[in-house]
Amino acid sequence: MDNHKQKMQQYWKRNIRTLLILLAVWFIVSFGFGILLVEPLNAIKIGGYKLGFWFAQQGSIFSFVILIFVYVYRMNKLDEEFDVNEK
Amino acid sequence: MDILTWTYILVGLSFALYIGIAIYTRAGSTKEFYTAGGGVSPLANGMATAADWMSAASFISMAGIIAFSGYDGSVYLMGWTGGYVLLALLLAPYLRKFGKFTVPDFVGDRYYSNKARVVAVFCALFISFTYVAGQMRGVGIVFSRYLEVDIETGVLIGMTIVFFYAVLGGMKGITYTQVAQYCVLIFAFMVPAIFISIQLTGNPIPQLGLGSTVQDGTYLLDKLDGILLDMGFQEYTSGRKSMTDVFAITLALMVGTAGLPHVIVRFFTVPRVKDARLSAGYALIFIAILYTTAPAIAAFGIYNAIETVADKPVSELPVWVENWQKTNLIVVEDVNNDGIVQYTPNPETNELRIDKDIMVLAAPEIAKLPNWVVGLVAAGGMAAALSTAAGLLLVISTSVSRDLFRTFVPSMTEKTELIIARVAAAFAVVIAGYFGINPPGFVAEVVAFAFGLAAASFFPVIIMGIFSTRMNKEGAISGMISGLVFTLAYITYFKFIAPESNSMEHWLFGISPEGIGTIGMVINFFVCYVVSKLTPPPPADVQEMIQDIRIPRGAGDAQEH
Repeated sequence: MDNHKQKMQQYWKRNIRTLLILLAVWFIVSFGFGILLVEPLNAIKIGGYKLGFWFAQQGSIFSFVILIFVYVYRMNKLDEEFDVNEK
Repeated sequence: MDILTWTYILVGLSFALYIGIAIYTRAGSTKEFYTAGGGVSPLANGMATAADWMSAASFISMAGIIAFSGYDGSVYLMGWTGGYVLLALLLAPYLRKFGKFTVPDFVGDRYYSNKARVVAVFCALFISFTYVAGQMRGVGIVFSRYLEVDIETGVLIGMTIVFFYAVLGGMKGITYTQVAQYCVLIFAFMVPAIFISIQLTGNPIPQLGLGSTVQDGTYLLDKLDGILLDMGFQEYTSGRKSMTDVFAITLALMVGTAGLPHVIVRFFTVPRVKDARLSAGYALIFIAILYTTAPAIAAFGIYNAIETVADKPVSELPVWVENWQKTNLIVVEDVNNDGIVQYTPNPETNELRIDKDIMVLAAPEIAKLPNWVVGLVAAGGMAAALSTAAGLLLVISTSVSRDLFRTFVPSMTEKTELIIARVAAAFAVVIAGYFGINPPGFVAEVVAFAFGLAAASFFPVIIMGIFSTRMNKEGAISGMISGLVFTLAYITYFKFIAPESNSMEHWLFGISPEGIGTIGMVINFFVCYVVSKLTPPPPADVQEMIQDIRIPRGAGDAQEH
């Protein structure tokens, strides 16, 4: 039972680490690139888009979608590894 | 066929479809009424969540808001999508594992306190009523503009339809109608966007068109920046709001989105924790399609409007301007009588006033698309308003029947509970309809409330409930109340008591009432933490429950008490 408890604690720790990494990216693409750094990034142009503006109105949203799917993939693997997945 | 006939046909067909689905999928048990029996596939739930979330405001108004605020409009784009990352990562899987039916359910059980539950019910009801009144108004407006009936009749028709499938079908009926409504609304939004993008930039994908060149070879956004600067406006791609305020509003909208009860409750309808995570991903894809297209429609729309109307002779304006002048959504007034339309930031010399809603509503006509597209946009606007209204009505009825009645009359039979839920839903439809017909002058203002309150009340308490085993009821209740009171007071002061001082120099840290939920949230977290440190930890069985919701296995069906 103690062994199980330890294992679950480890599972939770790994889960939190995944969350923190993904939330860091979440923060950087929206608050970082889209707001705080928008002016320096606007000096760079990709096609007709200023980069900061692109992140604020397009790029951050695409990144959010990718983030959730990375999360789904990572968690499914983690659940399997710790044998807590749903049958 | 003319526009009116097409509108009647398309709106009528879509309504018939919704009612058909409602009758086919009506709920027989409380479980079906509250969570569609917990058997919705992640893909269907994703679509339903998208329709549930995207309201008349997203469909009709958002593109216009962006068109007139340029970069500043990004707060809505990032704020209303970034919240889904928080939902998927921090809330949905754990609440699904928790396996009850509502947000107050979670708050009440996790904080082993009916007081906490009642505070949560109050927040859920306030947020939902605020929102649903706006939706009913949206239904009425779409009706009156396209079907040439008055707003009152429009609201009444909308009420009848929503009554039918929300009251009959419960969550089960709502879920499958929302899937249909998503398909209608996204098709209606994309068709004009694609055609306008082709006409302006030659690129059929609006997201790419926005970054492409217009006929004369310059980039659309550069050209727009130039034109607006020449006319004395701000550049399109730079903002007027302060960085602090943009930051705070974006965060408040994100956290508010993640704390909205009608969105959270959708994740109770899928069979497994795994599906809850996945369906948040699907939901965001479906939302992102509209949310990445809206800024393109915004830029195309304002560019088209300026190019075809500004500095043009009053006698040679395009047909769509004349058509929409009848609705007062666009007003051309030759103030200086020179026969030319001047568009300037100065209200005294400006001769062109454009309502934000026109960017989407008039898009098919601006792009000279066939009449059926106009009818389609009407059906899409309806779908957006009705789907959100239904989701909110369900939260209201569930809060009453389950969180209030069931809590205080636990001996009630399932049949009675179902009847109470339906009566509450019917009652809510009537109240919502009343506010739709007699809108309080502050509907737009109150939306700031809904998000601010969700951010300042629910979000911190749910997060702490999952991620801290030490958080206790004393912490949660004092946190919720202090976040709520602070946010309510701040918004009330600047919106109602002293609206004349609603400007940057008076704001706390330069944060507008729209963004103050962020500070409310921080206060909530802080008070939670301090109070819980000073009071005893939660009982052992609650701590065990928290350990349990952290692990996916064994989620099973949504559990009855």
